[in-house]
Amino acid sequence: MLKTFLSYLIFPGFLFSACAGLIACWIDRKVTARIQWRVGPPWHQNFTDIIKLLGKETIVPSDSSKWTFLLAPCLGVLGLILATTIIGRAALVPQESFLGDLIVVLYLLIIPAVAMIIAGASSGNPLASVGVSREMKLVLAYELPFLLSVTAVIIKCNGAIQFAGILNHQLNFASNIASFSGILAFVAALICMQAKLGLAPFDISEADQELMGGVLIEYSGLPLALFKLTKAMLLYTSPLLLIVLFFGKDLSLLFILLKFVGILVVFILIKNTNPRLRIDQALRFFWGPVTLLALLANGLALLGY
Amino acid sequence: MDFKLKALTKSIWVFHVSAGSCNNCDIEILDCFTPRFDLERFGIQLIGSVRHADAILITGAMNRKSVPRMKKIYEQAPKPCVVVAVGQCALSRHMFRFSYNVKEPLDNILPVDLYIPGCPPRPEAIIDGIVKLVNKIRENK
Repeated sequence: MLKTFLSYLIFPGFLFSACAGLIACWIDRKVTARIQWRVGPPWHQNFTDIIKLLGKETIVPSDSSKWTFLLAPCLGVLGLILATTIIGRAALVPQESFLGDLIVVLYLLIIPAVAMIIAGASSGNPLASVGVSREMKLVLAYELPFLLSVTAVIIKCNGAIQFAGILNHQLNFASNIASFSGILAFVAALICMQAKLGLAPFDISEADQELMGGVLIEYSGLPLALFKLTKAMLLYTSPLLLIVLFFGKDLSLLFILLKFVGILVVFILIKNTNPRLRIDQALRFFWGPVTLLALLANGLALLGY
Repeated sequence: MDFKLKALTKSIWVFHVSAGSCNNCDIEILDCFTPRFDLERFGIQLIGSVRHADAILITGAMNRKSVPRMKKIYEQAPKPCVVVAVGQCALSRHMFRFSYNVKEPLDNILPVDLYIPGCPPRPEAIIDGIVKLVNKIRENK
């Protein structure tokens, strides 16, 4: 009982994933700075940001619905903690995972986006509601190809819907990425994750220049810190999920770290070299080429490639 | 408490308001974030919403239209928040001080914590001003 509790709160759960996520955010800022030929912030910058936000005043706008406004950030963090812990436990001790945990994680990973939608809608700001509508469309857009690319993995692993089964299959044969269907599914999943993280070509709902923070426009202090933390933890969780799904062959500490940083840097490079899409362009992109890519991966996986 | 103050001075998020400036000061402010000066080294960021701000950066002479909006923006900011006046117009109304449109200088409207003179101030002057303000805040508390 205590062990379960600790695993959710400390090691693969909240504390660890928050720290790892904040470090991942720092890698993001540092690599971005180096790409732009700047120096970039020190490694503890994101921790400092969070501590500072905890010390600031929390303002609840008068025309917002107060409880929803304050509870939405907690919803996002809690959902993500569950997802991170399940993925982390699966990577650490695969035999303890339960049947269908992949499906559970896929559901839990939508919760941060749902929390953002609730938060923006409850804050009563017109710009936030524009952000909400964009976020909603974006979720609809990327979930289809993302689920399709996950099904390609499931087909590849002989129908395993459990992390243990997927890891086991990769251990016995080869990483899923080492096949044609795996490569296609990985590319599709990577692009969808980019949108899930809200990074640059798909940062449509937050768009600092046009929506001034979008859904987060009315947040300050502690709730804003929670949202920043959710973003950071997502930046740790989503590469980890991709590693488990596609690079599951060798999960020793050094290799998992190298793969993690590698995927992260790919995210950052895409972010820094692509301008923001309009929401209709994003929708067309996800339901067109990316879905086709994922479907092709499914077909190839069915044929055994 | 000192820990909190240190975090505050190490991560300043800046909300930039142009209260009718000629855009020269605004360009110099953006220059501070370019590779040559790179204020993000010190955790200083430009942000979009005033609810996230730790500092409000005001440029330009305060004309009649922008005064009530400026007050509203200041009230919307979460509190520990400093106000920085950048450029000669924000400091003293400069060449607009006899204008029908500019009633009073900025420090009659908002409590200004830092004045950065110049028309426009160089990025070095802005960075120097921020350093002085941070040192002052740390010594006071």
